[in-house]
Amino acid sequence: MKAFSAILAIATITASPVFAADTNIITIGFTASRTGPLNVDSLGQEHGFEFWRDEVNGKGGIQVGDQHYQVKFVSYDDQSVGGRVQQLYTRLINQDKAQFLFSPYSSGLTAAAAVITEQNGKIMIDSGGAEEKPFELGSKHIFMVITSAGHYLSGAVEALKEKNPHARIAMVYSDDPFSKTVLAAAKEQAKQAGLDVVMDESYGPSTTDFGPIVNKVISSNADAFLGGGHYSDGATLARQMYEQKANLNWISILVAPADDKFAQLGSAALGVTVPSQWEPQVSYKPEFGPATADFVKNFEAKFHQKADYHAASGYTAGAILQHAIEKAGSLDPEKVSQALNDTDVTTFFGHIKFATDPAHHGLQAAHEMVLAQWQQMNGQLGRQVVWPAAARSAPILYPIREASH
Amino acid sequence: MLRRPFFWIITAVVAIFAILPVLGNNVDLRESLIIAALYITLASNLNLMLGYAGYINFGSIVFFGLGGYICVWLVSAQRWPLDASLLTAGACVSILALVFGLGILRLRGAFFALATIGINEAVQAFVENFGPWGGSSGIYLSQTIFDPLGGAAQALWAIYFLMVLVMGLSLYLSYAIKASKFGMGLLAIGQNENVAAILGVPTPLYKALVYSASAFLPAIAGGLYFLKSSFIQPSDAFDLTLSTEVIVIVMLGGQGTVTGVALGAYLYEDLRGYLLTSETFSHFQLVVAGVLLLLIVQFFPGGLMGFIYRQFPRTQKVLE
Amino acid sequence: MLGILASIIDGLLVGLVYGLGAMGLTLIWGVMDVINLTHGAMMVAGMFALYLLTDAFGLSPYAVLPPALIGGFFAGILLYWIAIHRMIGRPPLMSLLSTFSVNLVLIGIGTAVWGTALFNVSVSVPGLSIGRYTFPGAHILAAVLAAVIAWLLYLFLHHTRLGKAIRAVANNREAAELVAIPTTRVLAVSVGIGVALAAVSGALIGTLFPFTVLSGDGYQLKGFVVTVLGGLGNPVGALLGGLALGLLEGLVAPFVPVSWTLVIEFTLFVLVLIAFPRGIFSSRRGAL
Repeated sequence: MKAFSAILAIATITASPVFAADTNIITIGFTASRTGPLNVDSLGQEHGFEFWRDEVNGKGGIQVGDQHYQVKFVSYDDQSVGGRVQQLYTRLINQDKAQFLFSPYSSGLTAAAAVITEQNGKIMIDSGGAEEKPFELGSKHIFMVITSAGHYLSGAVEALKEKNPHARIAMVYSDDPFSKTVLAAAKEQAKQAGLDVVMDESYGPSTTDFGPIVNKVISSNADAFLGGGHYSDGATLARQMYEQKANLNWISILVAPADDKFAQLGSAALGVTVPSQWEPQVSYKPEFGPATADFVKNFEAKFHQKADYHAASGYTAGAILQHAIEKAGSLDPEKVSQALNDTDVTTFFGHIKFATDPAHHGLQAAHEMVLAQWQQMNGQLGRQVVWPAAARSAPILYPIREASH
Repeated sequence: MLRRPFFWIITAVVAIFAILPVLGNNVDLRESLIIAALYITLASNLNLMLGYAGYINFGSIVFFGLGGYICVWLVSAQRWPLDASLLTAGACVSILALVFGLGILRLRGAFFALATIGINEAVQAFVENFGPWGGSSGIYLSQTIFDPLGGAAQALWAIYFLMVLVMGLSLYLSYAIKASKFGMGLLAIGQNENVAAILGVPTPLYKALVYSASAFLPAIAGGLYFLKSSFIQPSDAFDLTLSTEVIVIVMLGGQGTVTGVALGAYLYEDLRGYLLTSETFSHFQLVVAGVLLLLIVQFFPGGLMGFIYRQFPRTQKVLE
Repeated sequence: MLGILASIIDGLLVGLVYGLGAMGLTLIWGVMDVINLTHGAMMVAGMFALYLLTDAFGLSPYAVLPPALIGGFFAGILLYWIAIHRMIGRPPLMSLLSTFSVNLVLIGIGTAVWGTALFNVSVSVPGLSIGRYTFPGAHILAAVLAAVIAWLLYLFLHHTRLGKAIRAVANNREAAELVAIPTTRVLAVSVGIGVALAAVSGALIGTLFPFTVLSGDGYQLKGFVVTVLGGLGNPVGALLGGLALGLLEGLVAPFVPVSWTLVIEFTLFVLVLIAFPRGIFSSRRGAL
């Protein structure tokens, strides 16, 4: 056992980062779901972080007072498991000496991480978890840069009401904190808009067979669908609804259709709408940082994949943190938190401002969702922004199945 | 019992756990030791069923998970103080175990094992649908629950010491049972239940008692663990992987021995800590556990302690 | 009303496939008193065989079935020699842990190689449409194939020498040895067949639903439920148990949220275990 402990000790020492006292370094820690059911979406966010880090280091680093600090990441694979997230964030803070943290991807994992960062008084920027609950527990140092779950489907409901004020809506969604919050809010918004909600059911997040539930959608006589969860369930739902000929005039699915991989579903993807934090077609005028077109071009050049909203939100997390550190002129968590509280800026991602009242501290107060829809453009399937009207790049396709029958 | 050297060995271990991280305020060490203490607790209590009475409880994690849920729910929804919640959770789960036990302890061997898996899965599926406990989203705790203790930083230390206490109690309990008439009856059941019954051991009563007893401390440990995590959801609370690891630990250390189980837990936790962050190996946790278990079952059914007893027969008198 | 009927029929179709898988589990148990906890992993192996062979060689999904059967057979024999041979006659605790450990290793390797990503094999078989409801062709075909394979197994066990030898060993191993039946070979072959059935049922399930490396656990539990319902050691009972489970799933789905189905299944499982430790359809112990 002694030999084993010795080997273990050596392994731990060589694996820990060596702290060079002369170069100024800011260590930022996070976990990513490099494996596990969330890895498709998590990867986009991670690339967004990396893109920001390389850009800021290339320009000399973050300016704190009259010193410049290079940004260093320490990250681990959380395998999409909440228990690991907590152990890893504890390690990031205590062993790897991370000064600031980024969130993992997804609401559940972000909530788990937030416990650890709050217990240790460290700032965490949340670009991957939209659920409001962690921010309603009296937190002081977590800040959400994306639109929160309660506002996700409001655009979809408004668009649907415009097209069919008598729509009958089936809501089928993953039983996880994020999806449940989104759909609960959507149900309220639908009722207030005078629309009929004829079905409201959740499925376990590990469900793979949606046959029975699609049959129930058919039985409910719904002509509109709102729901989904994350990538794999959303994609499977879309496919099975198409195969079982659910004949819906409107489909809004969370998260999955925002990914380029969704195009693989072919005809099953046509007409499906998705609320998105950001699409390459939006044109906000940034007060600092790159313009939308530049970001899209440079990101694609570097990572050989199109920038989606996960990447954009990941980049924004870094950019906003940098902005706050530079404004505060310090690395002290309290001073940086105050700077974040005072933040009120527009980047290519949108308008960013945080709520500061204790009951909602850190929730995003200004950023808004757009609604994208898969449409045929020049013989190819692609996403167009269809809502709100001001951001629109194509008219709404309704009813969606006319095109395929 | 105070005269037996093993009692003092246990006390020394508990003291080391309590004192070591305090020196130098070593939070990092505390975080790994608390996991070690948890494993030792779970393994010692599983040992009561598995090692003494010979009944495999594949779903022992259900006690941990239910204890966690009851405690967290009492603290958040009912606003109970932490200590009352922990004790109540322990008591409730013990009673529940007694009820489950009455049903499934009539089953032998493999059937019992399958039934314990069934119970764990049924409870998990139920909790996922149970609204008042948050369904599959689980329950979040605000850090303000730690205000009576002076804030999160202090509370984490308090939780640590409580976990070490629970670990110590588990070790003492294992030892006390083994040295008692109750324990002899259990070991007899483990050897050959029919013969034990004929010889006058009240088997149904003993089995029910040990099953219930083996639920109490893990439930409290669950309460502590999830208070610390401030976040509980069904997939974490009823994770069969943890159950599995605890079985591997008991077999690795030497089923039926108190020292072996503690030793196995500590070693396994070391290994796991290493595997957690190693990029290449973090996925091989299960493979390592599986290979270890296979080798032990095939070639070293006595585990580590079996090996040590054979090499150093004198230790058998001192190290239980 | 039609919706409920559609749900029931669909449940029965899928239930046949569950039953096929459970036949493998129950055969091994009946012959040597070992509950094979690698059953789930072997089903997943069948699913991945389906995926890899159709992806790499463009084979039709159903052409994968014979290789799955054969591959499963040899995997089973290997499993016997690695994990089961030395456990025969030892306390059941040991054989449970032994197969369990192999399961851990297989799942561990699987997740290391493929992660927990979702895999999907697209099968286009024309379905049967009645009114507004469609019965996917793949479900119908899978049920038919499951029934055919089960029939073949029955013929094997009752009309071939090896099959009769297997039944003899299941009935009474010592007596079988006395009449010069090579019991070790018979045991190995039984495990081979059991695993082959697991693999082929996995492949069939792969044509119906998407899967991950971890899907095996869920189907293995269903396998236990079916086995217990049908009687451990009774292959025909397993098939009937599968139908019963499918019927239950089909009946329950229209009325309760889909997420309650699992609660009901597992509770039923525990209750049946307590009430009928030998299974509902079982006859004499060990009779195949």
